[in-house]
Parts: sequence; C-alpha cells; structure tokens
Amino acid sequence: MGAVQPRTRKGFSLQRVGSLSNMASVVNSHLVNLHTISPLSSDKQVSDAWHKALQARLSAREKIHASLETNLDEQLNYAKRLILLTNQRLIGLTWPALEFCEYPLGEDLALHQRDHAGIGCIELFAAGTRLAWWRYTMAHDPEATRFVRQFEQVLGGLLSGQPIVEAQPVLCPQCLMPLVPGQDECAYCDVETEAPPSSWVLLRLWRFAKPYRWQLLAGFLLMLASTAATLVPPYLTMPLMDKVLIPYENGSPINTDMVTLLLGGLFGSALLAWGLGWARTYILALVSERIGTDLRTITYDHLLHLSLEYFGGKRTGDLMARVGSESDRICLFLSLHLLDFATDVLMIAMTTAILISIDPWLALVTLLPLPLIVWMIHSVRQKLSTGFEKVDRVWSQVSNILADTIPGIRVVKAFAQEKRESARFRQVNQNNLAVNDRINKIWSLFSPSVTLLTEIGLLVVWAFGIWQVTHNKISVGVLTAFLAYISRFYTRLDSMSRIVSVTQKTASGAKRIFDILDRVSSVPEPVRPQHLDSIIGRIEIREAGFRYGNRAIIKDMNLVIEPGEMIGLVGHSGSGKSTLVNLMCRFYDVSEGSISIDGVNIRSLPIAEYRHNIGLVLQEPFLFFGSIAENIAYGKPHATLAEIVAAARAAHAHEFILRLPHGYDSLVGERGQGLSGGERQRISIARALLIDPRILILDEATASVDTETEKEIQKALDNLVRGRTTIAIAHRLSTLHKANRLVVMDRGEIVETGSHDELMQREGAYFRLYQAQARNVDTDLDDQSISAPENGKESAE
Amino acid sequence: MNDQDFALTRNAAGRIVFTGKEGDVHEGVVPVRAFPISAPQEGVSLLGEDGHELRWISRLSDLPEAMRALIETELAQREFMPEITRIRQVSSFATPSKWQISTDRGDTELLLKAEDHIRRLTNSTLLITDGYGVSFLIRDIGAMDHHSRKLLDRFL
Repeated sequence: MGAVQPRTRKGFSLQRVGSLSNMASVVNSHLVNLHTISPLSSDKQVSDAWHKALQARLSAREKIHASLETNLDEQLNYAKRLILLTNQRLIGLTWPALEFCEYPLGEDLALHQRDHAGIGCIELFAAGTRLAWWRYTMAHDPEATRFVRQFEQVLGGLLSGQPIVEAQPVLCPQCLMPLVPGQDECAYCDVETEAPPSSWVLLRLWRFAKPYRWQLLAGFLLMLASTAATLVPPYLTMPLMDKVLIPYENGSPINTDMVTLLLGGLFGSALLAWGLGWARTYILALVSERIGTDLRTITYDHLLHLSLEYFGGKRTGDLMARVGSESDRICLFLSLHLLDFATDVLMIAMTTAILISIDPWLALVTLLPLPLIVWMIHSVRQKLSTGFEKVDRVWSQVSNILADTIPGIRVVKAFAQEKRESARFRQVNQNNLAVNDRINKIWSLFSPSVTLLTEIGLLVVWAFGIWQVTHNKISVGVLTAFLAYISRFYTRLDSMSRIVSVTQKTASGAKRIFDILDRVSSVPEPVRPQHLDSIIGRIEIREAGFRYGNRAIIKDMNLVIEPGEMIGLVGHSGSGKSTLVNLMCRFYDVSEGSISIDGVNIRSLPIAEYRHNIGLVLQEPFLFFGSIAENIAYGKPHATLAEIVAAARAAHAHEFILRLPHGYDSLVGERGQGLSGGERQRISIARALLIDPRILILDEATASVDTETEKEIQKALDNLVRGRTTIAIAHRLSTLHKANRLVVMDRGEIVETGSHDELMQREGAYFRLYQAQARNVDTDLDDQSISAPENGKESAE
Repeated sequence: MNDQDFALTRNAAGRIVFTGKEGDVHEGVVPVRAFPISAPQEGVSLLGEDGHELRWISRLSDLPEAMRALIETELAQREFMPEITRIRQVSSFATPSKWQISTDRGDTELLLKAEDHIRRLTNSTLLITDGYGVSFLIRDIGAMDHHSRKLLDRFL
C-alpha cells in the first residue's frame, strides 16, 4: 500500500493534473517522513510506531498530503499527537494510546491556528462547531503554519474539483520567502548556534592573528632563545661547586681564572636572558594588543550592522562588555597567560633534556612527582573556579542594584524608599560576603598547599640526591644544579595550573565575541540586490505579519500608500503602530507577507540605499555628542553649510540656534542636554530634511512636548511633509489634520481607514478615540492626551 | 456567592460566552489570572474579545461550582507553565545550554539561551524562559533532588 510514502518528491511538477488522486503530486506537501517531522522528537521508535498504526487504517487509495506532530495534549501535558491530512480526511492520532479519530474533508471544514503565551493551537471547525483541537509549543509553530496552509490548499483543490493549476514554490513558513528546492530551512530565518563553548573556539582567533604571523614567529624564536638563556646559570653552578668550592674545602687553592670565567658566564647569560626576554615580551605584547584592537573594531563593525531585533534582545551593558572587556581579556590572555604558559612548557622541556643528559636516574626521580603535583593543583583549582564563577555572578547582582537605583534616584527619594533600597543593597552585599567567605576558606588553603606540595617534591629530590651522593653516584655539584633547576619550575607549577581555567574563561569570552561575529543579521542584505534609481514612494504592504518572541504584533496587514500621500496611524498604545513603522524602515523584517516600494520588495534592495530614502523623526530625538551643525548633517556628512542652514530654517530651528552662544557650533551632549525637548526635536527634523527623503516617518514626533512647542514643531513638520510619502503616528489626533487618510489600528490589525470626516461619520473605532480625546477622558490613550481638549477643537476646524 | 450577576457558558465553537445582567452577550471571553505565580487562586479577570475587562473575580472560590469549573478548564487549556521537578542533564554550563528536564507535565527539554533568562522570583522560586518562549517554573529549589540542585547552582 502506498499510503505512507517517503519524502522523495521535493520538487513539484508544473504539469496540469486532472484527477483527484494525483493531487499529491501537485500540492507539494511535507510528505510524511515521520522521522523528520519535529525538531524535538528525535526518537525513531515513535515514528515507526505512527507508521504502524497508520498503515492499518489507511485505505489503499488514500494519499497522504501532510502531517504534523504536536507535542501537547488537551491538558497541556507533554504528549505526542499526530495530525494527518490525506486526500479524503483529516486524521488525529494520540500517543501512546493510538486513539484514532477522523474527519472526512468537506466544504464546511476549516482549520484555525492561534497562539497565546508560547502555546499554539490548531482548531478544527465544521460549520462553526469546534470538532477537535491540537496544541503545541512554539517550537512547532513553523510546521503548524505549513500544515494549515497545506490543508487549505488541499481542501480548496478538492472543493473546486480542479487541482491547483500552478505549482507554487515552497515558501518558508516564517518569512514567506521561497525556499531553495530540496532545502527545509530558510536562508533568511537564521538558525541559532546552540553549541556550548569549548576551548577550541580559541583557535578561531587565528583569523585575527594571521596578519601578524611573522611577528609571532619572531616572538616564538626569541622565546626559545631567552628560555634557553635562563637555563644557563644553574648549569654553571655545577663546575662552580665541583671544580672550585669543593676542591677549596678539601685544601686546594682557588682557580681564579675559572672563577672569573664562570662568574662572567653567569653574568653574561643573565644579561642575554634580560635582553631576549625584553624583546620577546615587547614583540608579543605589541602583536597581542593589535589582535585585540582588530578584534574590537571588527566586532563593533559587525554589531552596527545587526538588526534592531538583536539590540532589542540584549542589554546595553552586556554588549558593551563584549566589545570592550572581553576583547581585552583575550588580549591579556594572549600577551600574558599564553606567553607564560608557552615559556613554562619550553622551560620544562629543556630542563628535562638537560637533567636527563646530566643524570638519567636522578632526573627520573625528580620529574616523577611532577604530574601528580600538577594534577593535585589542577583539581583544587577546578573546585575554586566554580566558586569564583559564583562570586562573579553575585558581584554582578551588586552592580545591578547600583545600576537600577542610581538612575532611578528621583523615584527612590520621591517615595522615601532610601531605607528599603539600602536594605536591598545590604542584603545582596551580605550575600556577596557569604559566597566570598565560603570561597576564601578553600582559597586560603590553596597557596600553602601548593607550597607544601613543592616542598615535598624538593624533599624527595634531596633525599634521593643525598643517598646518591653518599654512594658516590653523583657529585654535590650535580645535586645543587638539580635543586636549582627543579625549584625553578616548581614555582611555575601554580601559574601553569592556572592556564586551564584561564583558557576556559578566555574561551567563553571568545565565544561571546564570536557569537556577535557569527550572528547573521536578521535583516540580511539581499543576495542579488536590485537598485531603484529614483524612488517615487508608493508603499505596498501585503499580508504582512510580525511576531516578536511568542507574541504576534502585526497580523495579516494589507495597506497601499500612494506617492506623496500622508497617512496618519492612529490607535491605542500597543496596537502595533510603531512596529509597523519599524517594519517599513526595515529595522525588522516581516515574519509573513511582504512590504514593497514602487513594486519592489524592500528585502531585495540594499539596506543602506533603501534607508537613504527614509527620513525618520522619533519621539525622543537622539543627539550625538558634537556640534549642532554636525548633528543636523548626521545623515549627510558632506552637506554644505548653506544646506545645513536651509534645513534648519525649514525646520524652524534657525532662530533658536542663532540665539545659542556658539550658534551652529554649539556643542550638545549625548542626549542634547541644554536644549529643550522642542528644540531637540526641531534639530532632528532638520536632520531628516537635509537628506531630502522620499518617504517620511514621524513616530510620535510631537508627543513629548507641550502644546505651544507642538505648534512650532507642527509648522516645521508641515515643511517637511510637503510632497513626500508620509507616515505619521500620533496620539494627539490633532497633529494629523493634514493627513490624506487615517489608518486606525487595533491589536496589530487595521480596523478602519478613511479621512477624518468619513471615519467620524462611521462612528467606529476612530470616532470613539476622537470622542475620548475631545472629552479629555483618558480612557485608553495613555498619559499623553493631557492637552486633548484644545487639540480636539483644533482638529475639528 | 449570590451577588454574581452574570452567566458563563461554552458554545459549540468552544468559546466561552458571557451573559451580563442587562442581557449583554460577549462571545470568546478569556479568563486571565492576574497573579499567575504569586496568587493563582485570587484575582481572575474575564476579558472580552476586544481586550476589555468584563468582570473581575477576586476569588475563584466565590463562584458557583459550574462556572468555576468552566473557568478552570479554560485556564488549564491556556496556561502553560510547566513546573520543573528534576533536571536530568544539561548540555553545558555555558549558555546556550540544552537541559533535559522532568516537569509536572512530562519530560521535555528546554533551551536556555542566556543566564538572564533565569529570573529569581523569590529566594527559592525561579522562572526560566526557554528559547521558544515557554516559561518554566521552579517552585522550590530546596525541594529538588541533590543532582538537580547541583546542576542548577552552576547557572545561578
């Protein structure tokens, strides 16, 4: 029976197929490959079991079009459920009971998909009655969307009696972009890297080290030489002891020439070691600093090109830490820890060679306890490192409270909650203390233990050496040389054992940086960009949907904005106006549907080129540190002074700028301290005017200023709007009196469109909003509508 | 208990229908707990389809049995906050990390994208949001077994 087919047919035929039974070949379905249905179900047994349960129940003539495995039952417990779409019916199966239910396909059948708080639901309706429903976590959402689509296609084909004439390319369920044939994952919807960090990630730093490979090589050779130089002095103690001191003790006179030679050798090797060590450290420090700098620059560069979505999900402090201190940590690791470690390893290797060449037996006894001691130090350190991580985290709690309270100090004082904040801080501080106390208990033990272990190691050498000396196997000079060598690297053992944890920490730091570098912008540059020479400004939004996290913010939106038209977006806060504007600017990409300008999908335009056509005026104008002229020219750095003044004039900013002590050269702070809200806003309007955009977006441009200032700004805005396609969001409906059309939004959907008068006549959502403002009843509009009555009058004119 | 002046029923489409005192009918009513974690039994609001509150119920136990059952069934079908009873295994101590967990709703796995996604509600209660937006609750760290606590401790 050909019921359950493997998914062999991923491409699809374009030929017309008449009979129903052949539909399967046309509707490209996610043909049942039960092994790959869900990302979470990896155990094969279940899939085989579905297989078995199905085979008995499907008739020979039945063809499977699509299937969906969900992972929750009716009570929202984790349990597997299967929905299967065949050319005759919809089948539901439960696991492990394998309860079977079926719903023959008919015209009154409909599937609805909705979601709430991370749970999706597919409901099956027949003539308004709910027959069945299936639930799943959002991990399964793309498959569910695909399933519903396929259901509609199959049912549509079945009812009209004719198969879908034109095979459509498979679309990514999330972004509706066509998928590459044979591929299940969309190139646009990037997949999160889920691998844990390992120390191997450090190897990736090679990419940044490569330009400096010759310096690195020189540094390495210098390291070899300088390490060798440091090993000369203990070697010279051997003849000094055996040929000079001991013969002298036995009555021979001092060989002055030899002493001079040996002391000269000691001094010379010390001098050499000094010089080589300096050159080595200097070169490698230079290189590591450069690698760190490159790393920082490249990371910041990449960061700037990521989408707003990325910034929305990350805290500023965290990103700053990644670019700043993590790269610094890597730099430190390269220049200090790795260097020390390499030197130590070299030293041990060379010492071992020297010791073996002097006396193999003594060398064996000397080196034997070494691995044991290293292992013991390492295991204690491992314990400590978990403790230190905890200290780090508690410490970040302490700084979090500071970061929380100090900016909010006005609120704290206003509500007289100093005591409570102080108590909160004290509690975290106590917490910090407790964790530190615990770690200090082990920590204080650590360093003496290392000393003890090394002393024991030396003791072994002493004991064995003395025994050897008494049996005349070695000379006293050899023993002193051995002791000199071995005490040298016993002192390095502690720092060597540190390399493990330092490497781990640096690896996680490197991973955090590579997380940024590996991140593909969720607003990708088009692969084959199209260019628009001049933009007319016709915007078309088609079936657009947007989802942030598990919340659908924009649903199935259709809107066409004609060139030069001014659209006013109206609605409660949270109705999706700002999101829509962000989508138009391509700060985010739509999850479904498309937005096009002059008939070209904005996704196929180069981002920077596209955004040059958009002027954006925000509610909170952001001024960068610099002069007013620089701020106005931000979008067009090479603008002439005349252009800047013209833009400022048009924005009604010219006069107040001239009143400032340094005119256009006056410095403004990072948020424009020293300027009033209205003044800052007019500067940002001038900024938008200067780039002369075809499309203008005003996001609550007048919301945060008083009514007088608003009038000033309004005049400036009227200059700006002229002749441009404009989308304006406003709480105060008065600001939209020039709009050609008003679009009323509610919970992510357009509920009404039309002019002010039409909408007033209709007495719908807009009417209620307007009434609410006119009456100054603060129903749902939030606090911005304080000055509503005058506005009401104004816009009624 | 007797001052209740509305009726709730479920229609054929599976939606809850609210009938008020004046005979006003609202379909697709959604019950929402105001304090789902700190006080789940107190403060349930009935929201109409347009998101406006129709009625505030300060205590579920004040309602007649049938209506309470109806609300609770609906809540049970909407609320999804599995309580983690055991952490069986974690893929790594650095994020992103995949955890194999047992919950009161069965075994599953969660993807922890960053340590910030573990939120401390009280000293012993944690709320963990996984990469797909599902919130998992650990009601009492102390009540978990030693192994789970040890694993969890590495992330706190």
